[in-house]
Amino acid sequence: MKFTKDHEWVKLDGDVATVGITKHAADQLGDVVFVETPEVGKTVGKGDSFAVVESVKAASDVYAPVAGEVVEANEALSGAPETVNADAEGEGWFAKIKVSDASQLDGLMDRAAYDALLATL
Amino acid sequence: MSTMNTVGRPTTPNAVLTKPATLTGGRGLLQNEGLIFEGEGWGKTGVDLPAPKGDGSDLGDLVRRDPIGLPGLSEPEAMRHYVRLSQKNHAIDLAIYPLGSCTMKHNPRLNEKMARLPGFSDIHPLQPQSTVQGALELMDTLSHWLTTLTGMPAVALSPKAGAHGELCGLMAIRAAHRAAGHGLRSDKPRNKVLVPTSAHGTNPATAAFVGYTVVEIAQTEDGRVDLADLEAKLGDDVAAIMVTNPNTCGLFERDILEISRLTHEAGAYFYCDGANFNAIVGRVRPGDLGVDAMHINLHKTFSTPHGRGGPGAGPVVLSEALAPFAPAPWVVNTGDGFKLVEREEDEAGQAFGRLCAFQGQMGMYVRALSYMMSHGSDGLRQVAEDAVLNANYIKARLEDLMSPAFPEGPCMHEALFDDEWLKGTEITTLDFAKAMIDEGFHPMTMYFPLVVHGAMLIEPTETESKAELDRFIHAMRALAGAAKAGDKDRFKGAPFHAPMKRLDETRAARQPVLRWTAPDGSNMAAE
Amino acid sequence: MRYLPLTPDDREAMLAAIGVKSIDDLFVDVPGAARLDGPVDLPRVAGEMEVERALGALAAKNATAGNVPFFCGAGAYKHHVPATVDHIIQRSEFLTSYTPYQPEIAQGTLQYLYEFQTQVANLTGMPVANASLYDGSTAMAEGVLMATRVTRRNKAVISGGVHPHYVKATETVVHAVGVETQALPAAVDAEAAVIDQIGPDTACVVVQTPNIFGTATDVTKIAEAAHAAGALLIVVVTEAVSMGLLKSPGEMGADIVAAEGQSIGNALNFGGPYVGLFATRDKLVRQMPGRLTGETVDADGERGFVLTLSTREQHIRRDKATSNICTNSGLCTLAFSIHMSLLGETGLRRLALLNHEKAVATRDALAAIPGVEVLTPRFFNEFAIRLPKPAAEVVEQLANHHILAGVPYSRLAPDAGMDDVLLIAATETTLDADIQILAKTLARVLAN
Repeated sequence: MKFTKDHEWVKLDGDVATVGITKHAADQLGDVVFVETPEVGKTVGKGDSFAVVESVKAASDVYAPVAGEVVEANEALSGAPETVNADAEGEGWFAKIKVSDASQLDGLMDRAAYDALLATL
Repeated sequence: MSTMNTVGRPTTPNAVLTKPATLTGGRGLLQNEGLIFEGEGWGKTGVDLPAPKGDGSDLGDLVRRDPIGLPGLSEPEAMRHYVRLSQKNHAIDLAIYPLGSCTMKHNPRLNEKMARLPGFSDIHPLQPQSTVQGALELMDTLSHWLTTLTGMPAVALSPKAGAHGELCGLMAIRAAHRAAGHGLRSDKPRNKVLVPTSAHGTNPATAAFVGYTVVEIAQTEDGRVDLADLEAKLGDDVAAIMVTNPNTCGLFERDILEISRLTHEAGAYFYCDGANFNAIVGRVRPGDLGVDAMHINLHKTFSTPHGRGGPGAGPVVLSEALAPFAPAPWVVNTGDGFKLVEREEDEAGQAFGRLCAFQGQMGMYVRALSYMMSHGSDGLRQVAEDAVLNANYIKARLEDLMSPAFPEGPCMHEALFDDEWLKGTEITTLDFAKAMIDEGFHPMTMYFPLVVHGAMLIEPTETESKAELDRFIHAMRALAGAAKAGDKDRFKGAPFHAPMKRLDETRAARQPVLRWTAPDGSNMAAE
Repeated sequence: MRYLPLTPDDREAMLAAIGVKSIDDLFVDVPGAARLDGPVDLPRVAGEMEVERALGALAAKNATAGNVPFFCGAGAYKHHVPATVDHIIQRSEFLTSYTPYQPEIAQGTLQYLYEFQTQVANLTGMPVANASLYDGSTAMAEGVLMATRVTRRNKAVISGGVHPHYVKATETVVHAVGVETQALPAAVDAEAAVIDQIGPDTACVVVQTPNIFGTATDVTKIAEAAHAAGALLIVVVTEAVSMGLLKSPGEMGADIVAAEGQSIGNALNFGGPYVGLFATRDKLVRQMPGRLTGETVDADGERGFVLTLSTREQHIRRDKATSNICTNSGLCTLAFSIHMSLLGETGLRRLALLNHEKAVATRDALAAIPGVEVLTPRFFNEFAIRLPKPAAEVVEQLANHHILAGVPYSRLAPDAGMDDVLLIAATETTLDADIQILAKTLARVLAN
């Protein structure tokens, strides 16, 4: 699993990357009330806003850590947004992206580096 | 002597006993009150109307046959319902309502009387203008007061609230740039608007609405616009800056003349959010600061009632450069009477359009003018002075216990604190605010502006007496002391004494229930 | 000064507590060049009596609707408002309270807003409504913007029966964000003409019923055509009482209803403040602008109400908000709700029928006048007539006879080529005697 400095995580499996927000981000947001997942088939560039996560008092854009085509969105979140709080880095995934350039993941942080970043915040 | 008191009941209270819960949920004066849909109002009406002759069958299939789902109440029931609801609301008439940037001043009752004169309330917006000369003259007089107080040449009266006024100002700016060849779709577009990080949310929301890209300007350590950052970001692609002055931290922008000079030099316009005009009315004119457009919240500075969230009015004063683009309609004094200019051709040739039907919030104009005339120019100047004095008094009397966000120098009409002073207590700004409710006070604005952590923005306004301020300060000091002494439960569970405890906002957002529905899912109770 | 409680002694004590010598020390940050030395050139403080005299004199110069035969409509209607309404909205806890940011001490407001949302939803025949917008015209503009967000298309087709001010206000705002509009030429009875203009880039079609000429239309077919093409139907209603007699927009397939609520609970007020009603389908709720009140529970499990779905709004989404609206129509919303609670369905239907019958009687009286042609085929309480002379002139002449005879269409749209069209409204406040006076005087004016 790799991490961005904007608190997204990405896990590559073949050429499909699963993306979500980190536990830290979910904790910061508070109770998640709604997730706006991207349309399947949409093409996103690296760093593009491709989803929105809402809590009662905040709404955050979620940025695509890699470029590619959205092949699946986590429909279950619409009925159970609290999944993001319960299991942000597992069941709380937002979307799966078919990656156009896997090397884009190289520049991202691994778990240790991300934890180190969190320690500085 | 003969025995006079044959009833013999006691006249002093018993010893204090523990308070039992009531049996039915009522609490002394506070009544439980359900929704009108849960009562006995189905099929009832509280309005006596003559019986219609027919049944509308001349309209055939256009007639609505299915039940609508609207219960009715007799007058006594209606009075009870709404009086019971009213008991659950805090209000300015009860105590200081220190919401920062909202200017919750006293609402003079004369305003209400004047607005209800039939000559103002019972006239139709499209009556022949010859039959409403008094109304047009009032709009003209109000315009004169607003332009004189602000030192600006023109005013657009029609915006229906502050945010609507911001829209008006930005659209005038957009139209002006378009006329000069720098429209959004031109070759040399001015498509950016600079907004300080401390701005009220309506500023960037409005700028984006109008088609601009919003660029944030940094803030200095002492809470003001960072001139260097502003200068770096100004360029020939910038349409305008949107600055609030005094700003949302309650501070006067010392460099305001430089800010407007730099902006104009870069060919951009200066939009001023006038929400905080109460701090400077009668003492400073925005026109003298280089402002090109400024909305004025009549429901803030000029006392029209906040009425639980409106109606407001947001007239926009405009500079010479922007005046030609003001939206229709407006009033002109022809010398031979007053005229409403409604068309976009002829005199309104460059107007950017129209913001709403008819001519704006007349009901609020009457109230605002009644307020202005009552105070006069000397009274209005005193308003700003007392507003600033009251805020500084609160700051001075609380700064030893709480942490002012910008301790150096005076504040203007509102005092801003952060939550630094609560560090280590585990009590948040929210907890503190909820505990204020138990003490009988409406909390100050919380978590705004966003640039200050755990912000607490206190605006007393000039209509608070020293006694009320002292009462407020006493409660704040007592609470601050309790917070620092570790009395956590008082804060974490607050409010305990309000009509309701803390409410589950997460649930309301996850499973929105936005209307009453009958248990069977229909619009009406079963017969 | 009666609204300023501080005494000179208070001020002195407070300055001392702050540690400054004079009030000017607190204005130290104001640049010298911008400081005013004294009050600006405007009248000085005035007592209540003076203010009453001055404003009373201005009020007296206006001809009021209640004093003369009155037939003006065109988006603002004179109805009788029960005394209770105005009395309740002047209670301190409603008049001087604010947006319910602290729900524990604002349940009065939040509960009546929840009731209002339910009343508006039921009145319009829609599942859900918001807590009000500024007025009907801005509600229409917001509706068009919402339709473009939902459909991700960029064009709105507007019928020739929509109120010209509403069209103008909508165009002003939506053009600013690059939305195209196609406003069809003015037409008395052609709401369905929008159907032929629906294309793949159409986000919505906008119709009005009853329209500006008073024509009531069944828009079901228009809804079907719009939906078949993936577009939304927005129905505009400027006379809220009409929904007490006519089929509701929801029943006819509307996706968004943008209406003016002034008719219920609110006076004419020369054009404002009014109250915008906005209702939509359940699945579109998150795209709806304006404040929303929702039901929830408190820490004790007691039912309560809060503002909800706030993340759509300006104070959170900032530049991504669904709208920039903040303050809306507070007291006007309350007035609407109280009046509606007093009327109930029974009262509303009766009120609506009375309006219709008065308008029919007016139409019959005017149709009998030589030279007058009634244009509106089916109406609620307003209809259009064609005169042999410019309507604006006729209205001016009738005003000289102390009759407010209606609104010339040319006042709203001077270039539509309909200078001879007059819009006439009647309500439950219209007296039979008024109708006779109008008919007699109009006949005389036309004969000259």
